[in-house]
Amino acid sequence: MSVDKPTVAKIASLARISMDDAELERMVPELNNILGWVEQLGEVDTSDVEPMTAVIPNTLRLREDEVNADGLTGGDRREDVLANAPAAEHGFFGVPKVIE
Amino acid sequence: MMSELTDLGVKAIRDGVASGDFSAREVAEAFNANVAAAGALNAFIVATPEKALAAADAVDEARSAGKQLGPMAGVPIGMKDLFCTDGVQTTAASHILEGFVPRYESTVSANLWKAGAGMLGKLNLDQFAMGSSNETSYFGNVVSPWRTAGGGNAAMSPGGSSGGSSAAVSARLCPAATGTDTGGSIRQPAAFAGITGVKPTYGRCSRWGVVAFASSLDQAGPMARNVEDCAIMLEAMAGFDPKDATSLDMPVPNWAEMLDADLTGKRVGIPREYRMDGMDAEILDNWERGKTMLRDAGAEIVDISLPHTKYALPAYYIIAPAEASSNLARYDGVRFGLREMPSDKDGERAGLQDMYAATRSEGFGDEVKRRILIGTYVLSAGFYDAYYNQAQKVRALVAQDFEKAWGSCDVILAPTTPTASFPLGSLDDDPLTMYLNDVFAVPASLAGLPAMSVPAGMNSQGLPLGLQLVAKPFDEQGLMNAGLAIEQRAGFTARPDRWW
Amino acid sequence: MTNDVVTSTYRLQGATGEWEVVIGLEVHAQVTSAAKLFSSAATEFGAEPNTQVSLIDAAMPGMLPVPNRECIRQAVRTGMAIEAQINKYSRFDRKNYFYADLPQGYQISQLYHPIVGEGQILLEADEKAGIPEDKIIGIERIHVEQDAGKLMHDQHPTMSYVDLNRCGVALMEIVSKADMRSPAEAGAYIRKLRSILRYVGSCDGNMEQGSMRADVNVSVRKPGDPLGTRTETKNVNSVRFVMAVIEGEARRQIDLIEDGGTVVQETRLYDPDRNETRSMRSKEDAHDYRYFPDPDLLPLELDEAFLEDCRASLPELPDAKRARYTGELGLTDYNASVLTAEVETFARFETLLAETAKRLGKSEAEVATQVANWTLSVAPGVIKSLGEEAKLEHNTASAQAAILEMQAAGEVSGGQAKEIYEIVLRTGGDPAEVADAEGLKQQSDTGAIEAEIDAVLAANQDKVEQYRGGKDKLFGFFVGQVMKATGGKANPQVVNELLKAKLG
Repeated sequence: MSVDKPTVAKIASLARISMDDAELERMVPELNNILGWVEQLGEVDTSDVEPMTAVIPNTLRLREDEVNADGLTGGDRREDVLANAPAAEHGFFGVPKVIE
Repeated sequence: MMSELTDLGVKAIRDGVASGDFSAREVAEAFNANVAAAGALNAFIVATPEKALAAADAVDEARSAGKQLGPMAGVPIGMKDLFCTDGVQTTAASHILEGFVPRYESTVSANLWKAGAGMLGKLNLDQFAMGSSNETSYFGNVVSPWRTAGGGNAAMSPGGSSGGSSAAVSARLCPAATGTDTGGSIRQPAAFAGITGVKPTYGRCSRWGVVAFASSLDQAGPMARNVEDCAIMLEAMAGFDPKDATSLDMPVPNWAEMLDADLTGKRVGIPREYRMDGMDAEILDNWERGKTMLRDAGAEIVDISLPHTKYALPAYYIIAPAEASSNLARYDGVRFGLREMPSDKDGERAGLQDMYAATRSEGFGDEVKRRILIGTYVLSAGFYDAYYNQAQKVRALVAQDFEKAWGSCDVILAPTTPTASFPLGSLDDDPLTMYLNDVFAVPASLAGLPAMSVPAGMNSQGLPLGLQLVAKPFDEQGLMNAGLAIEQRAGFTARPDRWW
Repeated sequence: MTNDVVTSTYRLQGATGEWEVVIGLEVHAQVTSAAKLFSSAATEFGAEPNTQVSLIDAAMPGMLPVPNRECIRQAVRTGMAIEAQINKYSRFDRKNYFYADLPQGYQISQLYHPIVGEGQILLEADEKAGIPEDKIIGIERIHVEQDAGKLMHDQHPTMSYVDLNRCGVALMEIVSKADMRSPAEAGAYIRKLRSILRYVGSCDGNMEQGSMRADVNVSVRKPGDPLGTRTETKNVNSVRFVMAVIEGEARRQIDLIEDGGTVVQETRLYDPDRNETRSMRSKEDAHDYRYFPDPDLLPLELDEAFLEDCRASLPELPDAKRARYTGELGLTDYNASVLTAEVETFARFETLLAETAKRLGKSEAEVATQVANWTLSVAPGVIKSLGEEAKLEHNTASAQAAILEMQAAGEVSGGQAKEIYEIVLRTGGDPAEVADAEGLKQQSDTGAIEAEIDAVLAANQDKVEQYRGGKDKLFGFFVGQVMKATGGKANPQVVNELLKAKLG
């Protein structure tokens, strides 16, 4: 399968990366090169294979239902949460106005 | 005196500080000086000499107070700038995170500070750890301290993505550094720079606080100048972390203490599929020498087959970009990092989604964009089964290959890379050729296995060559024992001449 | 997929004939837990903006999710309560999209392997509510996922504000099959679901605070035709609105089709002020969510012990309780329905029932009707009439049982019981003491009553003769006169007996 410019534009839009025409042009052969190469996976017969889910056999651990169990996973740290925000006002993050 | 201190490794520094041969402050000052003088290598994005000194002073104080010192006490290290460090800018070598100052410390770095280590600075890397040459950093290429023999002045690649780490350790800017390995990012730069690097079993080191590239593959590990130093440092880094759901809930063995280069009774597998068409003869020779060394250490060399090797790299280049495309969605200009506001177009006010697209376009480098696009594409409607699901099935087959191999061997020996270091810029226009650098490293990553690179010799150009070892899950001990056997026999003492 | 065994008769009349409405609901129910699904930040409602946000919820670089056991447990218990298949193996997937209320750029949800599979909910027949006979609504699945944050659009001229307090709170998405055929059924379904959730304790069901919201899928067709194209109206937060959305949306679709148009599969928003839905602008781009298993989380495997603990902790559920109330306790269908609808109601009833039975030394079945009447009509009436004067801390089961006991023993009349209850609620006094102090007791002294009867009969000789002549209806008159003469304090039963004897 190969991608054309409109497809790349669509993917870029889905990934929220704006690209001008020149960039899109450049990406088309690069992506096709890579996609063409990964497509050799199609040769492998995987009809009886389950896709890998856990790299190392391990079960999902669950946490107890404790509020602010430790400072690193808990809340009550608004200042830290907002400290790096490009726009923070009145305890909120600010973003360009959204019309729903 | 100063120059001698910076020749010391982790164990020598720790023991020297503990016995009072020199102070931790002297060590920190010596390395700080080397870091300050090595601007030409561009190994550090940020130097933190004051952090190194503060940690050293704390160790010196503890020592004079007669307190027990940690296993890394007095050892200043470099921290790959993928680890979030409280109060110190963390960028993943990207523009989008430029100026981001975390209010938290990654588990691995916190473990190291607890063990008495200090931070010399944040090491440069390929942007978001995506790259094999350290040319994708927003903060410029890292230049390898190594140059080709015969007076060539071409700037060489330190490997990637942990290229700042490999360059700094080999140039004696730090005795050890942290690395992260997603598809060879510790092992390949270690091989390029003539140092030792260990990627432990997936889950040994917590991923909490490490900027994510591909979650199912990312593993932190140590990079140092010998196996024992790596073992000491890995012990400090590793350990169960309840904050990481994929962290292994297992005790951390005393790897360093238990190191044993006697391989009597061990079987070393040589995967026949790693011998590829048109391979560099010097790489093959190096591999042969490795077999001889391990045989000499008492091991039996056996031929093994890992039939899906060929498919590991393409599977990796679906899985890693897919995970990355999602992991990097959080860089959107809302809560941290860069925000780029496009101008209003055609009388329509630029909105939230326009801000996202502009921010991410400006903030990500080309390679990162390329991988995000690949990842987005392979996960998109209609392609998921053909690409992502198929890749995860192939991944299961790659892992099964290893499982079968463990029936006939205890550790696997292979080259770390298909070539030695190459000049910066030489693979610029061909992402695919660049990707092939990791062809030998990626299978162990896909299977989550512990693997390492240990320097084994030099090529005819005077560049280091590494050998790769891969072991069973959780058998870092067996891995590093084999690494030590090579280290002892290879007698690798070469170091880059200081030109910077 | 659809359950056509029981057909609804609900039809909308269009220009071209009758139309049938097909409805499926996706209910998002906030899981009752102290901490969030993947972080230990609090879930409490109404906190200052961004104070209940962890580094994980804000999706800071390098942050990782670890699931909260309680949220998993509650989802499993909920699944068990709707007799659903519990999947011992489930997995979390990422649903990728960009929005300011979604810091990670993906929502952790469960697409491929949800924790709960198919189940069902019974809607009881309720003619008045538009449900002619019992109907079973199929449940497709329940999965666990993260809630998003909140955007505020009216605080700043050019910016929207983002509050992430809700971000990462655990939700159960309960997906019904497209089995409903009328607004009434949809309303009953949500009420029943809410009741089950509250019984189980897995969701507080508070729709005003957004603890339950429904995405309403509506399509229309001519009866017997294949399914039409559906629209999905998001985040509808009351039963009334859900019913309004269905009516409005069905009508809109019928008009559209009959005018020659076609229904577009789309996401719509409900505007309660105008009572209409409109197409959503901000989520217009065709969504490609790129679901894939979250690589930060391993597959979730539930063991037998965990499931057993979930099962053992389940309370008696609404259907079983209702059956027991009518069967074992002999209550009417109506009383049983009302008593079992809300957790608070049956809890009050059962406590009082046990206390009353104990005091009277009788079985619960013997006193159930009296206690039910008290719980459903007497007590609420008194409390309502008192308004703010009622101090509800005095409204204890033991006080009420004491009153019921006196009433059952004939010591106080129904009217006196109410009066005593009023005083108890106002003052917190002991019911027996109140009865004594206020003289709120029935006279059962036959001598005194007999004297009053004699006086009444003597004063109404004419009526006595008419009665004896066959005018039985006058008996009530005599009772009234005697009661009046005793100031309403005579035990009516005693009055009855004595009167009958005297009148021969």
